[in-house]
Amino acid sequence: MTVAEKELLLDVQDLKVHFQIKKENAWPWTKPANLKAVNGVDLQLYAGETLGVVGESGCGKSTLARAIIGLIKATDGNVLWLGQDLTELDDKALRATRSDIQMIFQDPLASLNPRMTIGDIIAEPLRTLRPDIPKQEVSDRVQAMMMKVGLLPNLVNRYPHEFSGGQCQRIGIARALILEPKLIICDEPVSALDVSIQAQVVNLLKQLQREMNLSLIFIAHDLSVVKHISDRVVVMYLGNAVEVGTADALFADPQHPYTQALMSAVPIPDPEVEKGKDIQLLEGELPSPINPPSGCVFRTRCPHADAVCAEQVPALSGSAEHQSACLRLDALQAG
Amino acid sequence: MTLLNVKDLRVEFTTPEGAVTAVNNLNFSLNAGETLGIVGESGSGKTQTVFSMMGLLAKNGIVSGSAKFKGQEILGLPERELNKIRAEKIAMIFQDPMTSLNPYMKVGNQLAEVLVKHKGMSKKEALAEAVRMLDAVKIPEAQKRLNMYPHEFSGGMRQRVMIAMALLCSPELLIADEPTTALDVTVQAQILALLNELKRDFNTAIIMITHDLGVVAGACDKVLVMYAGRTMEYGSADDIFYRPTHPYSEGLLKAIPRLDSVGEELPTIPGNPPNLLSLPAGCPFQERCHWVQDRCRQEAPALHNFDAERLRACHADANQILEAS
Repeated sequence: MTVAEKELLLDVQDLKVHFQIKKENAWPWTKPANLKAVNGVDLQLYAGETLGVVGESGCGKSTLARAIIGLIKATDGNVLWLGQDLTELDDKALRATRSDIQMIFQDPLASLNPRMTIGDIIAEPLRTLRPDIPKQEVSDRVQAMMMKVGLLPNLVNRYPHEFSGGQCQRIGIARALILEPKLIICDEPVSALDVSIQAQVVNLLKQLQREMNLSLIFIAHDLSVVKHISDRVVVMYLGNAVEVGTADALFADPQHPYTQALMSAVPIPDPEVEKGKDIQLLEGELPSPINPPSGCVFRTRCPHADAVCAEQVPALSGSAEHQSACLRLDALQAG
Repeated sequence: MTLLNVKDLRVEFTTPEGAVTAVNNLNFSLNAGETLGIVGESGSGKTQTVFSMMGLLAKNGIVSGSAKFKGQEILGLPERELNKIRAEKIAMIFQDPMTSLNPYMKVGNQLAEVLVKHKGMSKKEALAEAVRMLDAVKIPEAQKRLNMYPHEFSGGMRQRVMIAMALLCSPELLIADEPTTALDVTVQAQILALLNELKRDFNTAIIMITHDLGVVAGACDKVLVMYAGRTMEYGSADDIFYRPTHPYSEGLLKAIPRLDSVGEELPTIPGNPPNLLSLPAGCPFQERCHWVQDRCRQEAPALHNFDAERLRACHADANQILEAS
């Protein structure tokens, strides 16, 4: 199937999220600093696909997710869900789309209310958004959903602290799925889990996606997991998307110098490969998003930067399968 | 030369719910300049193993067995004796660089304190040495950084400060407890490169505790795989990675998605890690093992040699496991 034939679910256009930061002991009349957490990101999500978002801490990947779902107000730009702009809807109108878009959070235990039984936790979205459903059906659906995510239905009256991290994440997944949403935004869903449990949860997400025709936005800092689960991938750096592409194209031939450095830094569980590997160590540190570098945001740490990178802001360019935002791309590929 | 020799190390905690054996008869040895990786899931006893050697166990923890550092027994040493070894001979880097530094002290003073206490240097000498060490771990503008507080550093920089502090007295053994877990991959790569350099330059032996097998592959000569407080398999990194003979190490290796390969379904280890308060009789891994046999439910497998270099604790036949994988 070509890209054009797929149904476009979500179209994020030039999304910006800026935070006004006021210093603690600043004068009342000093202007607050402007922290550009997400600074003009475009992305498209098609029905049934998984879009991976990778980047290091502080690159704005979680803020992007929160802005899409409306937990944070976008400063500028549009979030089109099936053609409707979510950023312009009021809270009441937004509720209708809530059952279509759900979210799974990073910390499995902290995202569950410790004073509610897991049956109540999983049922809560149904009770809030579909109050017309009779009680018996709610509890039937909860039990069916628990089976689906691999939890025994007889555990329904237990409390979150009685479960392990992996099981808590399954509860979070059940809660997100109970409304039969079209899209689930997963914010680092496996990074707090042990390796053996992580594989179970990744497999579960993939299996549920097939069964329920879900689309996923999968946010993670672990490139190996993102590569494993995603159809398309966005690489973010300091609030900008620096490279977008199908997982196959992007991982086979990373174009942006940041993606290259990021990929070379991922340790591979193979002593021979690891010892013979040439790692491109990035110099320096992530610049502050309050005062990002002019031009290309990556230029201060880029081994290939030259004068032009300080002046022009690179835009994403390339084929439909693979785009990257680098001014020196042609020169790098030629040399 | 054997630097550290651990025999039958056992750590037990008394809790209101009963006794918990966090570390159960651990044996390993480490030579100068070698790196040992201890891997395992959370709760497998990795951290308690090194805490017991460093005298850092919680009050309800009891340690038994023996840990000899250059022939000297370090378990149960009085605080005063232990303090001569800690920092000077054995130093430790902790997992969380955000919480392991004193937030009220300038970084320079924290570093100098170590040297004043242990080496009897004057404050001025100590500060000069601190600058030199911050330079060595590649912190830019080290002189200026001395007067900063920990919160003014980023995560990666704080971990560098921790490493610098651990190295001040040029220890012979460095224990790194998940040194890069809290860091981003590009920063992790920087820190691991730094640790490898230190090993080369100072011939420091390192015990690296981690759950990331990728980190182990790049840094370690020997690997100890732990599960529920016990050794499952112990051997050279090459053996463990290419020829695992224990179902748990094999399962762990298969369960991680790799950047350099493609796969549809990840092979998983079913089930959850066991509760240490109610361990099953026999092998702790039996419920999750696909090689399980009746014997595993009755007696815990003893640690035995597979070949000269390698130890394993499993009833299943090693050659069969090797053939199947």
